Amino acid sequence: MSLPKRVVLAGNPNSGKTTLFNALTRSRARTGNYPGITVERRMGSLQVGDVRLQIVDVPGTYSLSACSAEEIVVLDEILPRQGLAPDLALLVCDASALDRHLYLALQVIESGVPALVCVNLIDEARDSGVSVDAAKLSAALGVPVALVSARTGEGMDALRAAIVATVAAPLRASVALALPVPLQAALTSIEAAVRASAWAKPGEDAARISALAKWALLSIGDDELAVPTALREAVESEREKQPDLDSMLIGARYAKVEELVAASVTRRSEERRKSERIDAVLTHPVLGLVVFLGVMTVLFQALFAWSSPFVDAIESLIGFLQSFLRTTLPEGALTDLLADGVVAGAGNVFIFVPQIAMLSLFIVLLEDSGYLARVAFVIDRVMGAVGLHGRAFVPLLSGFACAVPAVMATRTLENRRDRLITMLALPFMSCSARLPVYALVVAVVFPQGTLFHGFEAGVLALLSMYLLSVVTTLLAAAVLRRTVLRGPRPSLVLELPPYRWPEWRSVLRTVADKTWSFMASAGTLIAAITIVLWALLTYPRNEANETRFAQEIAAASDDGAVAELEHARSESRMQSSIAGTLGHVIEPAIAPLGFDWKIGIGLIASFAAREVLVGTLGIVYGIGEEEDETSVGLRDRLRHARRTDGTLLFTPLTGLSLMVFFVLAAQCMSTLAAVKRESGSWGWTIFLLVYMNVVAYVASLIVYQGGRMLGYV
Amino acid sequence: MSATRRLADLGVGETGTVHLVEGEGAFRRRLMELGLLSGTTVRVVRVAPLRDPMELEVRHASLSIRRADAMRVLLRPSEKVS
Repeated sequence: MSLPKRVVLAGNPNSGKTTLFNALTRSRARTGNYPGITVERRMGSLQVGDVRLQIVDVPGTYSLSACSAEEIVVLDEILPRQGLAPDLALLVCDASALDRHLYLALQVIESGVPALVCVNLIDEARDSGVSVDAAKLSAALGVPVALVSARTGEGMDALRAAIVATVAAPLRASVALALPVPLQAALTSIEAAVRASAWAKPGEDAARISALAKWALLSIGDDELAVPTALREAVESEREKQPDLDSMLIGARYAKVEELVAASVTRRSEERRKSERIDAVLTHPVLGLVVFLGVMTVLFQALFAWSSPFVDAIESLIGFLQSFLRTTLPEGALTDLLADGVVAGAGNVFIFVPQIAMLSLFIVLLEDSGYLARVAFVIDRVMGAVGLHGRAFVPLLSGFACAVPAVMATRTLENRRDRLITMLALPFMSCSARLPVYALVVAVVFPQGTLFHGFEAGVLALLSMYLLSVVTTLLAAAVLRRTVLRGPRPSLVLELPPYRWPEWRSVLRTVADKTWSFMASAGTLIAAITIVLWALLTYPRNEANETRFAQEIAAASDDGAVAELEHARSESRMQSSIAGTLGHVIEPAIAPLGFDWKIGIGLIASFAAREVLVGTLGIVYGIGEEEDETSVGLRDRLRHARRTDGTLLFTPLTGLSLMVFFVLAAQCMSTLAAVKRESGSWGWTIFLLVYMNVVAYVASLIVYQGGRMLGYV
Repeated sequence: MSATRRLADLGVGETGTVHLVEGEGAFRRRLMELGLLSGTTVRVVRVAPLRDPMELEVRHASLSIRRADAMRVLLRPSEKVS
């Protein structure tokens, strides 16, 4: 059987490409990443009659030109430097903005790849008085043109038929650009360099060579690409002779686009679009900020509060499953593995689903409606000050709820450097999992009524932690931008697309796609680490103790005594486990921060999730893991805990040091799994783990030792 | 003759014609590929509530850039501001 023919879907951002892809492929699609970089590659299949075509959706772009590894994927889909060219390039354009969208289409058609121009959003264009003459445009371009509205389905049958017909009998277009003489001369020598390089195959056709030469002229210089040295030198030497080559080429293309538009597009009037009237309110100096704050509040509320019933339901389901396993299966290591390892591991993955789905839903709605671009527009001034892109705002804000969906939300950033900086800084945002830790510590060391210069000390401490988290996040972004992720001057190029009603099926599909892809990749890692952590906290067991506890429990007179003994058994098990040993091993390292080995076990266990610290302290202090941060028993136990030298362990200073550590440390494996997935690199993941923990250690050290020097204990 | 006018100097609703994009490198090429070429008419549609960035209409399409980048776009001096 022969391979299915491949159709590549290319177009500007906001050309309605995703909706078109969804409409063409229905539910037959899967999302992957290009190897080594986190650029989404979506593939699906289109079935028309007995013809089955493979459809590839590439990232939206204004041009084939590239200066980074992630921008070059579009070139490689359309004019692959290795492998086979696609059977058809389906070029998606916004009917209302052909003046710009045809630039990319022209660039692809010039290269000689069989092409079909799909003029999308035709309904919207009609409403704003723009009409497109498909026959004239097709005649001028030399390739078929289809007018469609992927959203309403208008013209879609004709498009499917045109795709099948064009794939069966591809048309080679010949669009002639009027190139100035100096540019022609320069291109001739760059073409020679392309032909001599590894990019050219034997018997290569002239159109492809010429397209690669033009691409090189507009991409090389100021780039991070791996291109043949001779080609780079050819471009640089031509540019030295004639510095204006790029504007000549771009100018010649736009001159052609203007000609095409003049021949095929009529604008009834220059009436302002509906969107401009909406924007008069939504980007208004005062009202715009009010609406912005309102929308962000709702988003925040959704992440924090609306997802919590679902989270609670998943937690009770997990709890139910665990106790079900324990009661039906015989007591033993296998049951423990199933209940505390496997089920807990799966639970640690599912627990993120409500927030990820909620945030994905919000982002898709904001993006598809056009408001996400306005969010970036409104807040860019603030974000730009610390070297972040305006679009980084939503991921950062989401970091207050949970870093995992927030890291996934960095996908809305187009540039890899912007995305890395954002995902490496946002885990400092104080997420909701830190709150139970603060609550417990504050209750232990600053019970209500503890005043500091007349203010409630607990409230001040809590506020300071949130302030510390925000300041550190912004500082980290600024420092990363100037050090390890230094690069070309950050700039912002943003398009404010017309406001559109999101298309529900497309929205739900995107949410399902994102959630599923989290479970499939980051999820498996999270589940695996949960099982490893469980083993660390469980084994080895002290058999003598096990036998003794078993006998004592069997002999116990009442339920209270049994519970007491079970708590003692949990405590003893944890102490004899690898984590218990590790707690002792790391004690010398964490003693300068004011922590003892029991807190050390807590730090290790909280790698599963920060709030696990509370339950773990419950176990090591022998009162059971069912305790939460509001438990009076646990608070009392901690308040009276003593170090081996007899001094109190939980002084206000230890508490502050512990809270500062929890604000700053990268001790959440799920965040690391998400960063691994989104950065596509273990290197950056390990970098995050190391730098955050170093910052946390140093900060806690300064708090604890500085506090002692100032005379606090 | 007055000093060179730059895109960043235009107020909301004003129109200008691009003379050239200063500098070199990837960012300049990117602006040109987005349609900011010598002779292109540009209208400032609005500026963000905090004055930066500014939204432009270029070739019937929307484009927002930061003020610092708009400083690098020179306008034709002869052009009357409408």
